[in-house]
Amino acid sequence: MSRYEINGHLFAAEPKPGQCLRTFLRDLEVFGVKKGCDAGDCGACTVWIDGKPFHSCLVPAFRAEGRKVTTIEGLASSGEMHPVQKAFHDAQAFQCGYCAAGMVMTVASMGANQKADLPHALKGNLCRCTGYRSITDALNGKCNIESDVAGKACGASLPNPFTDDILTGKARYTMDVAMPGMLHLKVLRSPHAHARIVGIDRTAALAVPGVVAVYTWEDVPRRLYSTALHEDHLVDPDDTYMLDNVARFAGQRVAAVVAESEGAAEAGCRAIHVEYEVLPAVFDPVEAMEPGAPLLHDKDVLTKEGNVYCDLKGEIGNIARGFEEAHAIHELTYSTSRVQHVHLETHGSIAWRGEDNRWHVRTSSQGPFAAQKKLCYLMGLKARDLHVFTERVGGGFGGKQEMISEDLVLFAAMKLGRPVKWEWTREDEFLGGTTRHQMTTHVKLGARKDGTLTAMDVRVVSNTGAYGNHGSETLAAAMGSPIAAYRCDNKRGAGYAVYTNMVPGGGFRGYGASQTTFAIECAIDELARLLAIDPMEMRRRNVVRPGDNIESIWQEPSDASFGSYGILECLEIVERELAKGNGVAKPGGDHWAEGTGVALAMLECGPPTEHRSGAEMRLLADGTYHLAVGSSEMGNGITTAHKQMAAAVLGVRATDIAIINADTDRTPYDTGTFASTGTVVAGKAVHIAAEAMRDDILAFASRHTGMDPVQCRLENDAVVCGDKRIPLDALHAAGAKTDHHFAVSRKAYLSPRTIAFNVQGVRLAVHRVTGEIRILHSVHAADIGRPINPMQCRGQLDGAVAMGYGWALTENMVHEAGHMVNPQLRNYRIPAYADTPHTDIFFADTVDSIGPLGAKSQGECGINPVAPAVANALADATGIRFAHLPFTPDRIFAELAEKP
Amino acid sequence: MNLNTVTKIRRPGSLDEIGSWRPSYAWLAGGTWLFSEPQIATDTLIDLDSLGWTPLTATPDGLEIAATCRVADLHAFKGPPEWKAVPLFRDCIDAFLMSFKIWNAATIGGNIVMSLPAGAMISLTAALEGVCTLWPRDGAPRTVPIVDFVTGNHRNVLQPGELLRSIHLPATALAKRYAMRQMSLTRLGQSAALIVATVDDDGRDFLLTITASTPRPIHLRFERIPTAAELRHAIDERLPADGYFQDVHGSAAYKQHVTAYFAEQIRAELA
Ligand SMILES: Cc1cc2nc3c(=O)[nH]c(=O)nc-3n(C[C@@H](O)[C@@H](O)[C@H](O)COP(=O)(O)OP(=O)(O)OC[C@H]3O[C@@H](n4cnc5c(N)ncnc54)[C@H](O)[C@@H]3O)c2cc1C
Ligand code: FES
Ligand code: FES
Repeated sequence: MSRYEINGHLFAAEPKPGQCLRTFLRDLEVFGVKKGCDAGDCGACTVWIDGKPFHSCLVPAFRAEGRKVTTIEGLASSGEMHPVQKAFHDAQAFQCGYCAAGMVMTVASMGANQKADLPHALKGNLCRCTGYRSITDALNGKCNIESDVAGKACGASLPNPFTDDILTGKARYTMDVAMPGMLHLKVLRSPHAHARIVGIDRTAALAVPGVVAVYTWEDVPRRLYSTALHEDHLVDPDDTYMLDNVARFAGQRVAAVVAESEGAAEAGCRAIHVEYEVLPAVFDPVEAMEPGAPLLHDKDVLTKEGNVYCDLKGEIGNIARGFEEAHAIHELTYSTSRVQHVHLETHGSIAWRGEDNRWHVRTSSQGPFAAQKKLCYLMGLKARDLHVFTERVGGGFGGKQEMISEDLVLFAAMKLGRPVKWEWTREDEFLGGTTRHQMTTHVKLGARKDGTLTAMDVRVVSNTGAYGNHGSETLAAAMGSPIAAYRCDNKRGAGYAVYTNMVPGGGFRGYGASQTTFAIECAIDELARLLAIDPMEMRRRNVVRPGDNIESIWQEPSDASFGSYGILECLEIVERELAKGNGVAKPGGDHWAEGTGVALAMLECGPPTEHRSGAEMRLLADGTYHLAVGSSEMGNGITTAHKQMAAAVLGVRATDIAIINADTDRTPYDTGTFASTGTVVAGKAVHIAAEAMRDDILAFASRHTGMDPVQCRLENDAVVCGDKRIPLDALHAAGAKTDHHFAVSRKAYLSPRTIAFNVQGVRLAVHRVTGEIRILHSVHAADIGRPINPMQCRGQLDGAVAMGYGWALTENMVHEAGHMVNPQLRNYRIPAYADTPHTDIFFADTVDSIGPLGAKSQGECGINPVAPAVANALADATGIRFAHLPFTPDRIFAELAEKP
Repeated sequence: MNLNTVTKIRRPGSLDEIGSWRPSYAWLAGGTWLFSEPQIATDTLIDLDSLGWTPLTATPDGLEIAATCRVADLHAFKGPPEWKAVPLFRDCIDAFLMSFKIWNAATIGGNIVMSLPAGAMISLTAALEGVCTLWPRDGAPRTVPIVDFVTGNHRNVLQPGELLRSIHLPATALAKRYAMRQMSLTRLGQSAALIVATVDDDGRDFLLTITASTPRPIHLRFERIPTAAELRHAIDERLPADGYFQDVHGSAAYKQHVTAYFAEQIRAELA
């Protein structure tokens, strides 16, 4: 046995020959060491060896023998957090927290020179949630948190309740558990974009030592379903089998191998012999719509439309007349790229049979309840026999609004009776996860001389890939709010979601609206230019106002309604800030052109389809509260906000409210945390549950004391009835005697939906020779109602805007004939520290009358105006309209006028 | 990541212990590339660290860099004042996509043997006229200039089992003035072009080294600093449009474009 010293403890252990230090440490249950890539790119696995920082995924484990290894768990000394941990605590320099261990270990190893040059020093640490702003704050010793005062919780910048666990490595993310007898699952993915499986020979795979089972389409339930998670499963097409005998995209799972180790499972996958009949494939949705194109689905989803999975059409007013009335018309085709969520924690699930004889699935999901329903349907289980839950989820962004890792592990666990785990690799994410839908949007806008819009005509072709999942809902979103954001009498739209042999599209922050927002916000700018009207003024003149019909292309009345209205204020803020400037000048030299651009985005807060959430509250014997909410926390801060909302109603501190969430056994039902529902639906449930809790306590107190209810009120940890003050623990004791439970439950649904806005302003410089773009000033104003937790709201916007810059400037999934060329973070670049500009964030001073406690959705929409604002600034700088994302230098240089 | 196909680590004290070479063997240097992707054809890693080579040896003739020298060691190197090109070490190291934490593990030899267009240690050693010493499995050591060592994207002259032992940077090259430009599609990202030129103090022996934008390093040597037109002509002569390297870190057309632009900037800077 070799000896290893880990965090001051000696271990005698022998790593496997090819094992890396990361998994060796995790095998020793040092779970603070995370994996975002397993390839040296993300830094989540950073540890120290003899005080020097290393990416532990790249270190051969044997090299740590006899040396001192320090992980996040060992950074604090004698119970005192390291100063960097403290700084991350005070600045709240994380959201999902998955990157935090590696960030802290990296920063704590830096010398002064490195701290002074973070763009270089943080090259090897990626964070997908924060946009790095709060991380910079931590390095600058900034404190972003306020104290938790009874009755003042709402509106306070309170820290994440799990902060200490996250920063010391104790917080358990999905894969951070060990279980005796665990089996490992890996999948074999299709090498062909379109192929029929003629035969599968699993003999050699089963002969691999350690392989326990191989499953193919012949073994799994042959039930069609959709991997998309929604309340109403009928909005998504049933076009998918757990394992199929037709592969419709390169990367589709073909077989699952379960083995005693991941290595054996991988070897098993390599040993399976599959005979394919390769079929003609189509990758472009326009080609896929043409007669004679290869058909993807010949099941019950086949319609006369061929590969068109969904089409949406509508017209209000008269579009032809609208264009006749126009003095200026802009018409252009815009397109957006396929990008990935890159939540730093990959997908993964563990399934096992519990001592209670029920099935348990621990997973990384944005919708454990909806997943439970689907799993029950697939496996023929009763809901009471299946428990699905999350613990800590390392980011979602829509990628986990999908049931794609739970089904196979549950199936295998049910077959084999042992715990089965499937931990996705980063490559699995790119090949077998979902993406933002690539959309091509043709826009034609007309306006009168004074700028008044007379006609809006929008045609969207969305590439939904091999499976429909979120295709129709994202298309509906694409045809919705970006068009409804403008008042115009004549609007027409046509949208098509088309099957192709590409990796499927899915839900992604911004959900379809991002793509059309890009096109329309560019087009509005172009129209303003044609009319020589200031783009800001153009928007002010045409943006929808209270009293207008909130309508896109359909006549039917909408349930979206202004609970508050802050867009004009947002426009004013951004205009003011851009005019004021931030003192950052364009770089020196002749070749830099400078320009400014703005864009707005509107969000109907919540999905148009069904969504529901429940909340349960109890008063506990010690006089504190327990809150159970079904919605998932994946770094969106929703548990903090929910605690604050309940605390506000009950007049206590947020810490007086213990919370659990996203667990089908222990919390009431919640459709899922997506479509901006964490605040407006789950938050509403919390709000009314807390009110019910208050009323229940007061009613009991009134009965108990014989005082009139109007003379009873809550005061922090006591109820005051007239001049009598009964501590809540005493009241609880009194209740117990009469079997009064102090427990309430409430449900919330979503209608009407209020409306939020975001405005992004960008000043940039572009180098006319190299095509390099530098963001000089980035301003964002959000109309999100009353911020329940201003720090968190700002953090959500920081993250959303950074992701917007990624979409605009750095990210692009490149495919050749359906095969992804760059399925590694090294080659698919999410914004690193160096890529991410600082954004000045402002809030419109609105309090919403529909959303709970005056709040509106905040995490989603911030991304939408970023890419068009960049495009508009580029157009302002160069006079050239770049209509196709992303704007990487090699895609734009040829059109920039100057040649060397 | 775990290399699950690897079943044996060998830590030889001397190369004689290795015996005959098999295709499933791989030299393990820093391991930063080996452990960054599955290596399913490999079952044995042979640890070069156990050979205990001295990382850096400076002599009046120049600098001897052992293949196992860590990037971090080279970054920390301070040469004598007459070696004016030493700051280029850091410039090139900074041009890596990899973080400073990887510098602690990755070796100069590993980077050169990877022979990737964006191999910044190739850019560095090629620009400074480095010469590799190679140890074949059988036979006498041989030497090859770095520019000839790399023959294409992820291709080089090494025979199976042949070891890159060291790289020699001649003192004459280390004494030259230099200028460098690098471009990446993202901030501090993977190089789309990394161009260096060196020149003697008296304006003689102008050597332009084009890397990253081409599949392999390209040298263009001029007796004196060329004119803009001469330089442009020489580049186009040597590198037709299809001579550039196309990948997700930059289209070939773009790389050609910035190569010409930077080469001229560098020429002007040194002139
Ligand atoms: C996050 C990240 C960023 C990266 N960025 C860059 C980049 O910007 N530019 C770039 O070029 N590369 C980059 N790489 C890839 C690679 O070049 C580096 O990982 C590194 O240079 C490899 O060096 P190493 O010592 O770790 O080699 P190893 O991983 O140990 O070995 C690499 C290969 O070389 C062989 N080898 C090593 N030493 C010798 C020797 N002396 N003789 C013969 N064969 C040998 C090995 O058998 C193996 O095939 C990056 C890798 C990662 C993980
Ligand atoms: S997991 Fe090691 S760097 Fe990403
Ligand atoms: S907080 Fe950094 S990845 Fe989520």
